[in-house]
Amino acid sequence: MITAERKPFDEILELVDGHNKILVAGCDTCVAICLTGGEKEAEILASELRMKAQADGREVEVEHTAAIRQCEWEYLDMIAAKVDEADVVLSMACGIGIQSMAEKFAPKLVVPAVNTNMLGMPQEHAVWLERCGACGECVIGETAGICPVVRCSKSLMNGPCGGSHDGKCEVTTPEKEDIDCAWHLIWERLKAQGREELMHKIRPPKDWSKSSSGGPRKMVKEEAKPV
Amino acid sequence: MADDFEPEIIVFACHYCAYAAADLAGSMRLQYPSTIRMIKLPCTGKLEVIHLLRALEAGADGVYAAGCLEGECHYLKGNLWARKRVEHVKRLLPEVGLEPERVEMYNMSSAQGPEFARVATEFTERIKALGPNPLRRHGVSPHAAAREAARDVALPDEAPAGAAAPAPAAEAPAQAPTEKGPAA
Amino acid sequence: MTDDGYKAGSNLEKVLAAGKFAVTGECGPPKSADGSVIEKKAQMLKGYVDAVNITDNQTAVVRVSSMASGVQVQQNGVEAIMQMTCRDRNRLAMQADILGASVLGIKNVLCLTGDHMSFGNHPEAKGVHDLDAINLIKMYKDMRDEKKFQCGEEMPVAPALYIGCAENPFADPFEFRALRLQKKIAAGADFMQTQCIFNVPKFKEWMKEVRALGLHQEIKILAGITPLKGVGAAKYMKNFVPGIDVPQEIVDRMASVEKGPPAQAEGKKLAVEMIKELAEVEGVAGVHIMAVEWEEAVPEIVETAGLLPRPAVA
Ligand code: SF4
Ligand code: SF4
Repeated sequence: MITAERKPFDEILELVDGHNKILVAGCDTCVAICLTGGEKEAEILASELRMKAQADGREVEVEHTAAIRQCEWEYLDMIAAKVDEADVVLSMACGIGIQSMAEKFAPKLVVPAVNTNMLGMPQEHAVWLERCGACGECVIGETAGICPVVRCSKSLMNGPCGGSHDGKCEVTTPEKEDIDCAWHLIWERLKAQGREELMHKIRPPKDWSKSSSGGPRKMVKEEAKPV
Repeated sequence: MADDFEPEIIVFACHYCAYAAADLAGSMRLQYPSTIRMIKLPCTGKLEVIHLLRALEAGADGVYAAGCLEGECHYLKGNLWARKRVEHVKRLLPEVGLEPERVEMYNMSSAQGPEFARVATEFTERIKALGPNPLRRHGVSPHAAAREAARDVALPDEAPAGAAAPAPAAEAPAQAPTEKGPAA
Repeated sequence: MTDDGYKAGSNLEKVLAAGKFAVTGECGPPKSADGSVIEKKAQMLKGYVDAVNITDNQTAVVRVSSMASGVQVQQNGVEAIMQMTCRDRNRLAMQADILGASVLGIKNVLCLTGDHMSFGNHPEAKGVHDLDAINLIKMYKDMRDEKKFQCGEEMPVAPALYIGCAENPFADPFEFRALRLQKKIAAGADFMQTQCIFNVPKFKEWMKEVRALGLHQEIKILAGITPLKGVGAAKYMKNFVPGIDVPQEIVDRMASVEKGPPAQAEGKKLAVEMIKELAEVEGVAGVHIMAVEWEEAVPEIVETAGLLPRPAVA
């Protein structure tokens, strides 16, 4: 799933500064599951914004709503009336949802209330771990199902580097939580699979043109396009 | 100024402990401030961040949750969840210009009538020292707003024997006790 | 390949090819545009080492570029081993820089992944990591031997390069470390310098695996040595530098002498003892002395270890 974290409150205030009718728009899919931008969190942010405005003696109307999925235009019709009334929409969806709103309701001002940070997996309740960088050419068939692109701090194709220690990545610091060395994990799991010869092979440089380095990507499924 | 300031304090009280403790305090004829307005929850684990915020937004001078002693929650960990949510609100409040001390989490058992009275007194003193919530507006009832926010989870009020039970219903209908249980 | 059969014909390559025990040093370029720093360090090392590593934004801290400083040490009579990390350049820049370095007379290159940005003075930088060290080695080898760029296009004049790599015998998983060296050899590395060694028994254990795979016959192995200035340095490396294994005995030994000159003397003595011990290990072709910000210790260490005069191989 896509995960996001709420922006610092001060930054949010700056983004909506000077506007008197604010709509906080949550999204009830990924960002709701990661407890950042669902309807509940939208309601909390709206309440905070109202309190702040009152405390500062400003007349500001703040409403909240949520779309089932902000990233799909079909779902945006349901909140269109509320968007219409607002001067600014503070979207709590991931970057995709925010842009989908900005495009659908252009030139309405739509600003982000969250920082979209990763494609993550919930490890336990309220903890997410980065798992994929959407590199466009998945290599984990040869790396024991462990992504070296985002789980290795240096995106090595031929790890582990000399900083790997006791199964931990060199980027681990006492302040940061332990970061597992992806290549140590790969080595151990390949051994468990009896496929460690895969570690002996020199895996060639990655074709980053399939990733965002190749420019914005577009996916078309001809077979499914409406006739 | 603190002298004529009568704070309005919302208490989210667990029905298994703090609410019963209030009853006991009442029947023991213990003195505690009439500033507190109770909202009964089946467990403080039902308390959400937004409930606390709504109360403050509507002008409550202070809000606290009163749940069972740690380790004695009827639902195992509800009171621990409540503490986390209170702490989260404590972190949010300075951002909007309110003192984090306006929210608190307390624990007590149903047998601790005196503790209930002590907490109510202590918290009231704390809020008196802080002064009124700057967001307080004429004609807006914090208790009604908090009740409304917690409408899906709160249980109907029943006046604890004797004491500072809900004050006369000068406000919104949400405050009026209903016969039925919670929506759930 | 040069006319006389060398890959690059660098002094380091000749010394190693002649079977002489090689000595390399290390120079960190300054964090400013002060050209005199490297000049001084070069003059200090001249005649005491066969070549000197020029670090490339070492520990992710910005400094004068390894290419510029490499040219400078060569102008001062010491051969350079230009370090190149994957952290700061993509494959275009890494090829452009090696062509440029070659044009300016640099013949030795050490291919590294590079310490992570989070260790340095620009932790907010975007790490490039387009290639890893193994693919960097392979790219340079293909440029030299196949006259091909990484994309496969040909070039008329290939850079003459003696290609080095680093390996950390003390990193984990330990059982994969010798195999990783094997991968680097397969990718095209000609020589290898180890991370600084304090735990000699563990290094010997690793060398056993290296020999079992026959790797010491395919690559020139230079054992890394770092002279300790005092007990503080020993403790710091033990506790804060990732991938360095400092046994407690060494910390204790450094602690047993007084701070200042006595400790420095002890540090140099320890370095000499280690060089002598490592030189006896089968498969060790030389030492790489990394006297971080203590270059002035190198001449004495090299001399006391009996490694003078440095050979002149025609
Ligand atoms: S290799 Fe690429 S596609 Fe596969 S998990 Fe990693 S980033 Fe995602
Ligand atoms: S320690 Fe492991 S995960 Fe970290 S950069 Fe090195 S190989 Fe990658």
